[in-house]
Amino acid sequence: MENRVVPMKQAEHPFHFYARQSIQESTGWRAVTLPQFLKYLRIVPGSVIYHHTHHYLQQHQFLSPEPPNDFSYWAFQSLGARRLGERLASISTIEFDTIRSLREEIVRVVEEHLRAHPLVRLRIVPVEEAFYFVKAVTVVFPTPYTARSLKEFSERLESVTIDSLYFHIFEARLRLERGENDFSRWFETGLGEPELARAVRALDPYTHTMEELRGTILRLVRRRLEGGGDA
Amino acid sequence: MPEAAPLLEDYGVVVGSQMIDELKFLADRLGGRRVQHINSTAQGGGVAEILNRLIPLFNQLGLDTRWEVLEGNAPFFEMTKKVHNALHGEPERFSRKDFRVYLECNAENLKRLTLDGDAVFIHDPQPAAFVESRRKWGGRWVWRCHVDVSAPQMNAWRFLERFINRFDAAIFSAPQFAQRLSIRQFLIAPSIDPLSEKNRELTTEEVDRAMDQLQIPRDKPIVTQVSRFDRLKDPVGVIEAFRIVKKSVDARLVLAGGGASDDPEGAEVLAQVRQRAGNDPDILILELPPGSNLQINAIQRASAVVVQKSLREGFALTVTEALWKGKPVVASAVGGIPLQIAHKYGGMLCHSVEGAAHRIKQLLNSPGFAERLGKNGREHVRQNFLLTRHLKEYLLLMLALESGQDVTFL
Repeated sequence: MENRVVPMKQAEHPFHFYARQSIQESTGWRAVTLPQFLKYLRIVPGSVIYHHTHHYLQQHQFLSPEPPNDFSYWAFQSLGARRLGERLASISTIEFDTIRSLREEIVRVVEEHLRAHPLVRLRIVPVEEAFYFVKAVTVVFPTPYTARSLKEFSERLESVTIDSLYFHIFEARLRLERGENDFSRWFETGLGEPELARAVRALDPYTHTMEELRGTILRLVRRRLEGGGDA
Repeated sequence: MPEAAPLLEDYGVVVGSQMIDELKFLADRLGGRRVQHINSTAQGGGVAEILNRLIPLFNQLGLDTRWEVLEGNAPFFEMTKKVHNALHGEPERFSRKDFRVYLECNAENLKRLTLDGDAVFIHDPQPAAFVESRRKWGGRWVWRCHVDVSAPQMNAWRFLERFINRFDAAIFSAPQFAQRLSIRQFLIAPSIDPLSEKNRELTTEEVDRAMDQLQIPRDKPIVTQVSRFDRLKDPVGVIEAFRIVKKSVDARLVLAGGGASDDPEGAEVLAQVRQRAGNDPDILILELPPGSNLQINAIQRASAVVVQKSLREGFALTVTEALWKGKPVVASAVGGIPLQIAHKYGGMLCHSVEGAAHRIKQLLNSPGFAERLGKNGREHVRQNFLLTRHLKEYLLLMLALESGQDVTFL
């Protein structure tokens, strides 16, 4: 159903744009075989799972959204387990609300592969191709940008860094377990824009580069500002 | 004469003004903390070079930052050179006297230094034993390791380890360089300064003038390795590779390097290199004095291919420099080089003299491909290996150490 009323509403609580920066911390654990890899996958802190499923998004932000996660890359390129690599790559991170559930799925895929292909456990990669488990240590901080209306939001979203976008879309939803991205939540509860909230929620941010993601969200917001509904 | 330090804002042209704003914000949250960096040489080598550029920026951000240099005599630096080689896995023998020389020199330096920073960064093994005095000073102490210690000779590592484990944290350039320690280990890649004399953009006239002064003819494509004359940089291997290249492609080799004041082996290696080069007019060996940054910049920019055929490496900032200048690079797949070069995408990796020769020939014969590699390599450096990112990670580390959490809200 289209909602042709141009949204002018001022939110009681403005949206505060935050940003985040991370450094990497080594856990000291490394794997040269698939059973070792599985052992550590089960016990590493959630920040490790988060790092290896997300850091490509920032480090290679100028590439098309091809590299899915470090786990799949290692299984495919270093271990030579192409089927496993492909299965790990196809795990849709957006479908998981917690790192715990994401980890369970990764572990399940590896376990299944080991059961189906028992000989793969004998493969040993050279030490220089070992998988090193690293975690993200993150600092979150407020930016000077706030928005009370959809128009202001659109203007601010154009100028915030991709670190800010990254925080509200990825970090808030999965790592901080807010259940959904911050933008959708504010559109719905702060501005009373449920359709726009739904449209942004429905995006799979893992299949965009960061700049593409910014552009897509901006397009949805602008369409709504022009009086279009069902954004 | 030391270069004037650029203003923090000057970096906005290269990395964007938002990055500068973020640096200021993070530094602001550290509220004027006092920071100290300690290493063993003020000139020569990558560590001194980074500190020369980083420290003024720390201060511009309002963090009172000092740089102290350990003073050592010849026996001390001979001992620490052996430690350096042994950490890279080279066979070295240590006597009790060696260890005594090391400890005595550290103790002597501690008598004159005031290490009262809120954050004290000790670089590399030479001043590691300073940590013995940390209780006296307080502050958070971090060991910044610039070398690959993943496969060390154990006698050297065991000696050092007892000091390292007394720090609050260690920093390595990559996880594969690290050792198992009882303290937290952060990963921070080193960086280059895009505004320094060594890396800033040069006009064609500036390049020509420098090449004329250095008497490097430009009549043939130039293949260059810029490195200290150090066995681990394998300058002799570069000459061997170049001789293979010369069988089918006419080119000129430039081996340019200087010594560092903490490297007593340099003269010996240089003599060996000269002997191997013989009277070949197409091999130029340049011993550059410290501070020849403009000259190095010009040589790299005038080169058709830049080589780094090291046997072992730390991070290999000479590779970063060449990539930043958009040059096609052929480099050994050791140390931090594979982190900088995706093979056939942002440069060429090699594993042998023959492999290096093959890749150099390919690049000399395919200038279009070489140019594409150079462009990709430059972009990768812009994203990941510039000084501002390095500075930011030091600030984040200080904040993370203070909070002790995986996620810190400021």
